[in-house]
Amino acid sequence: MDILYAVFAAPFVDMWGYPVFFAEVVITGVLTGIMYSLVALGFVLIFKASGVFNFAQGAMVLFAALTLVGLMEHGVPVWLALALTMVVMVALAFAVERLMLRPLVNQPHIILFMATIGLTFFLEGFGELLWGSNVKKLDVGIPNESFEVGGVLLNQFDLFAAVMAALLVGVLAVFFHQTTIGRALRAVADDHQAAMSVGIPLKTIWVVVWSVAGIVAMVAGIVWGARSGVQFSLSLIALKALPVLILGGFTSVPGAIIGGLIIGVGEKIAEIYWGPLVGGAIENWFAYMLALVFLLFRPQGLFGERIIERV
Amino acid sequence: MVTAREFNHVLLDVEDVSLSFGGVTALENVSFDVRQREIRAIIGPNGAGKSSMLNVINGFYHPQAGTITYKGNARKQVKTHEAAAQGIARTFQNIALFKSMTTLDNIMTGRNLKMRKNFLLQVFYLGPARREEMEHRQAAERVIDFLEIQAIRKTPVGQLPYGLQKRVELGRALAAEPELLLLDEPMAGMNTEEKEDMCRFILDVNDEFGTTIVLIEHDMSVVMDISDRVVVLDYGRKIADGTPDEVRTKPEVIDAYLGVAH
Ligand SMILES: Nc1ncnc2c1ncn2[C@@H]1O[C@H](COP(=O)(O)OP(=O)(O)OP(=O)(O)O)[C@@H](O)[C@H]1O
Ligand SMILES: [Mg+2]
Repeated sequence: MDILYAVFAAPFVDMWGYPVFFAEVVITGVLTGIMYSLVALGFVLIFKASGVFNFAQGAMVLFAALTLVGLMEHGVPVWLALALTMVVMVALAFAVERLMLRPLVNQPHIILFMATIGLTFFLEGFGELLWGSNVKKLDVGIPNESFEVGGVLLNQFDLFAAVMAALLVGVLAVFFHQTTIGRALRAVADDHQAAMSVGIPLKTIWVVVWSVAGIVAMVAGIVWGARSGVQFSLSLIALKALPVLILGGFTSVPGAIIGGLIIGVGEKIAEIYWGPLVGGAIENWFAYMLALVFLLFRPQGLFGERIIERV
Repeated sequence: MVTAREFNHVLLDVEDVSLSFGGVTALENVSFDVRQREIRAIIGPNGAGKSSMLNVINGFYHPQAGTITYKGNARKQVKTHEAAAQGIARTFQNIALFKSMTTLDNIMTGRNLKMRKNFLLQVFYLGPARREEMEHRQAAERVIDFLEIQAIRKTPVGQLPYGLQKRVELGRALAAEPELLLLDEPMAGMNTEEKEDMCRFILDVNDEFGTTIVLIEHDMSVVMDISDRVVVLDYGRKIADGTPDEVRTKPEVIDAYLGVAH
């Protein structure tokens, strides 16, 4: 009986009893979730437009952050470093199209997936070669002070990160739905051949999506890097994006965002309220377990297209 | 019956085109021309190379030999989006629509090449971009009216029945205001009524907009009814070329359709 109470009742009693603390837990979760969402968003963009599962998305986050920090360490002012990093990410998109996608066009998806694994190693290695492998502190000049709202402790930096992410998502939404390029991107995501037949140049579209994914990676890199330092482990957030994608569906932009938030909040709550029961570290596997549950009951994810087997 | 019309210019000239995939020969020294404003049918048994021919014309396939002269420019191969830019639009044998997008959006993609305004203007939906979007929207609406699909303007096309999807696909091609329209089995899988509608649309497009049409079709009565001239392919080779009446009586054509051994 005691164990049942501890698992099914006590955590909720705690949440109800200390709402301010609960709110803080949720907010921390949301902020982590935003990070996951950003990385997942990069995946979704590329997957939709080119059918490529880009394993290198996490490495792109690391690479962007390393480039930014590296430039700033060489005395480049923040705004210029940001602009240059963006240029580097766009250049990377051109290189990927030219050297990877174009030669491998019409190859099976698994081949392209392997190529992105290669790209991951390249970006990690090249980034470290250029900028060194020690942990770096990223300070883009965003204030990091805490303040209180209704008893809940908030952090300026976290708030800023949330606003940045929301803004980015907003801009992307407008970009996709309001512009010719956006409509072209959606068209390519639906049917390559038909898109080409109405005059959409596939190669340009690939460069655009990889550029956008690179810039999304840069924003993720800034936010995450500023909070916990720029280091190799940034590359590993890609692994957390995987369960997010399973939750949200591989082709859904809203799915990536909501999936990220669910996992971010879910794992924090699980860690704080149920962690002590199992000796902690729930955060490390919660996302994967949730993904597993989804794979069993809703393999297309929350928003993904229904998978209907044709026989 | 279409009476013999006068066609002057050759819009498209296909010369000695050969195409193979590994060991499979899809087209072998095929030559024919398409004149301005005509409706040109390509017929032949399954696997004859009809779709391959359209794919060569719009740049999906690059032939190993031969030249394609379009509007006086001879070329060996072309990029698909360039073909589109030069006024070639098409539909597909297996419908290729943007399934998650609405009918209107699908048709709007047909206007992709005509959009000129800077995308930053579009992002903020500013003056000139907004005016341009409106113009294109109106053009798309005209196509929608023409094809009588007002009721499904806002429906995602993935949810539409087959016959309507075929019609939307034609709409997307028409939105580009093409000079040359390639239709790969536009009536396949349709019921009689849908076929009649489609025939009417094709004839109207040809008549009202002066669009030149190359059409693949299996239904012989349709071909005989609406086409000016017919190319017959069999095993990748051209076995007949002429008016429907000329072609119909050729022994080679009858053999090919009845499956007489070669
Ligand atoms: N992409 C391709 N790869 C390999 N072989 C192909 C390809 N496209 C066409 N073929 C082959 O070329 C030949 C001609 O095919 P095509 O699709 O042009 O025939 P079709 O006349 O359109 O037939 P149908 O009436 O069945 O549509 C066939 O043998 C086909 O298998
Ligand atoms: Mg065919």
